[in-house]
Amino acid sequence: MPARSVFEIIGPVMIGPSSSHTAGAVRIGSIARAVLGEDFRRAEITFYGSFAKTYKGHGTDRALVAGLLGMSGDDSRIRDALNIASTLGLEIRFRIAAEGEEFHPNTADIELTGVSGKRVFLRGSSVGGGNVLITRINQYEVSVCAKSPTLMVEHVDRPGVIGRVAGVLGNNGINIAEMRLTGSNREGEKLMVIEMDRAVSDEVLETITGLPDVTAVIRI
Amino acid sequence: MRRKITISELVAAAEQRGCPIWQVVLEREERLQGTERQDIWHKMKEYWMVMKGSLDAGTKPGNRSLSGLVGEEGALLTRYIEKTKPLSGYGSVLAAARAMGVAVVNASQGRIVAAPTAGSCGILPAVLATVAEETGAVEDAVVGALFTAAGVGMVIDEHAGTAGAKSGCQAECGSASCMAAVAAAEMAGGTPRQAANAGALALKNFLGLVCDPVAGLVEIPCVKRNAIGAGVALLAADMALAGIESKIPLDEVIQAMKEIGDAMPASLKETSLAGLAGTPTAREIEKRMNEID
Ligand code: SF4
Repeated sequence: MPARSVFEIIGPVMIGPSSSHTAGAVRIGSIARAVLGEDFRRAEITFYGSFAKTYKGHGTDRALVAGLLGMSGDDSRIRDALNIASTLGLEIRFRIAAEGEEFHPNTADIELTGVSGKRVFLRGSSVGGGNVLITRINQYEVSVCAKSPTLMVEHVDRPGVIGRVAGVLGNNGINIAEMRLTGSNREGEKLMVIEMDRAVSDEVLETITGLPDVTAVIRI
Repeated sequence: MRRKITISELVAAAEQRGCPIWQVVLEREERLQGTERQDIWHKMKEYWMVMKGSLDAGTKPGNRSLSGLVGEEGALLTRYIEKTKPLSGYGSVLAAARAMGVAVVNASQGRIVAAPTAGSCGILPAVLATVAEETGAVEDAVVGALFTAAGVGMVIDEHAGTAGAKSGCQAECGSASCMAAVAAAEMAGGTPRQAANAGALALKNFLGLVCDPVAGLVEIPCVKRNAIGAGVALLAADMALAGIESKIPLDEVIQAMKEIGDAMPASLKETSLAGLAGTPTAREIEKRMNEID
């Protein structure tokens, strides 16, 4: 795509060595943090594709952990993220996908255990220029790029629930850009992925969480 | 759709109005973005501050990339010119040292400004800092030079692209060197036409350069290509200021770069399958990297 601004040529300001290994990995980490919704105490990270081959040299491990710790993609502390995590007493393990395992380019699986014992699973890929694609969240196959504010609403598959969620957003003047539904292998359980024109407030989040048949809400 | 701009249009607009190229680029940005001029200027100035930070960080002793493959090259070269009269001129060598310093900052997960990419981020700040010292230019002149460089980069991006994965290193270090040459020539008082010639002279020397990073890391040969890219930019600017013209105009050099990039095999476009990345030494390094715990 042709550059639309001088700042696409000079810029962005970034943490090296490459936006797909640093900014993209930080983003995957921070989305995993949002999915967990609380501080983590344990993380198991599996690398695939070129992440598996070069994660040390590119600092992908540090970038992912930086994201898990809540840092943004241009934080100068990214290179110290592993030390920071160990000072905090967090348990972090890295694993490289064995040969013959499913292949995914520039992909990481993250299993997080929160301070309350809550556990989540996420699979994300870095697709270039700092952009990411999340392809799995817990038991759900998804396709989330999280470029715009995104809400994921886990719910019981009953009539009316989608309308109720959309209603709350509409009443609060939030425009839905796109909504997708995905099921899991568990009967009657579904996930709404909603991309919006702006982020929802804590209040709106709470209202949606309290709706009948809504079991969990994740805000990215 | 918005029409693609060309170098010859930028030069013609600047000549017609008797203004530098950066002014044309700045005004175009204003129109494209609908933002206030001083905001655009201010943002570029902030980017220059980040670039200066990376130049400073790059000269610190003991720098080392995450993999440990590169690190002290900039410091070595700086020490060398403190004691020896360099063959290629003090300014060129200083710029080369600085460019490597910034490239190592990038390779060690430090903060840089992509220009136009992260892999080639050392060339432009190194050249501009050096030219500013040589010519006594004030900071605002450097910010202006960044707009000139960005304008050239936009033309390259629109007509050929600036990604190693798409067009090889000619599009990364080649584009950076070209952008730096144009900006340097203009900063040193060259006419818009001379500046464009400087860019053409620089870019022609990178045509065909493949992207072949060893072990997939932005370190070998990237860091040293930044050094030579800075040196080429300065030499090309000097040649153009002396009145030498590129017989092939920059727009056509850019078009040639695109065609060459399209013809380049995928094995030489950032995949680390061939070129320097495929040499026995590179394979040895790769093996070692995989063994480190
Ligand atoms: S060799 Fe490839 S990765 Fe390295 S600077 Fe050139 S284009 Fe970028």
